[in-house]
Amino acid sequence: MRLGERAFGILLTFCIMAVFWVLLSGIFDTFHLISGLVCCAIVAIISHDLLVKGKSAKKLLKSLRLAIYIPWELWQIVLANIDVAYRVLHPRMPIDPLIIEFETTLRGEFSLLTLANSITLTPGTITILVEPERGKFWVHAIAKEPADALLVDQTMQRKVAHVFMET
Amino acid sequence: MVIVNIVVTALLGAGVFFTLVGSIGLLRFPDFYTRLHATGKCDTLGGGLIILGAMIYHFFQYPETLLVPAKLAFLILFIFIANPTATHAIMKAAYKTGVEPWRMGEERR
Repeated sequence: MRLGERAFGILLTFCIMAVFWVLLSGIFDTFHLISGLVCCAIVAIISHDLLVKGKSAKKLLKSLRLAIYIPWELWQIVLANIDVAYRVLHPRMPIDPLIIEFETTLRGEFSLLTLANSITLTPGTITILVEPERGKFWVHAIAKEPADALLVDQTMQRKVAHVFMET
Repeated sequence: MVIVNIVVTALLGAGVFFTLVGSIGLLRFPDFYTRLHATGKCDTLGGGLIILGAMIYHFFQYPETLLVPAKLAFLILFIFIANPTATHAIMKAAYKTGVEPWRMGEERR
């Protein structure tokens, strides 16, 4: 099993890097393709554990859920920009910044990263600090309503926890 | 082709608008943290929309080189990952250095 996971990691890293090589080089003759694939293989064997880490269990389902989560996140980004544009262009500038703290049930590296970046991209809030041990977040909110969305509604925490199955 | 031009112009216009709003916010907002709100968010969507416009234009204008839109798509992806991370890094650095956040009613800095 351990060996199988390793082989899976190497193969996945190799495939991703090969796709990148072909896309970014744009040269399709034999010499460039083969040299690229050789380089990909060497890098994949040496440093596959940087990209694919830990158990491969339910990875497919998580990727699928992430793919569903991303469009919602893109829509939130649009809302965030309209919100910022409104606050910037309003003559009286309706802002009342405050710093909030809250704890989540999330512990995984990638899920914390996703939540932190999502908070930064959604309306009116930016992550300041994350403490991975307790899943604690310090967030700078530009006004009261966006802070309440994180503290009271907790839609985003639940969505990220659902994606990474860490409820 | 007319429809493509309209869509591309709309995307570029929206991108320029959000980038402009980000710059105005950088000038208008009262302190370091709120300024990052303006730049961090607006640059992400503004830059993304401009690149998306360029991508669609290139796709219909020069359909023989599909690699360029693919590369542009990767640019959008990396901007959407790198921009919030960079914003967060700057914010964290400021917080650890002890920059005081502006509160309602104070004078702008």
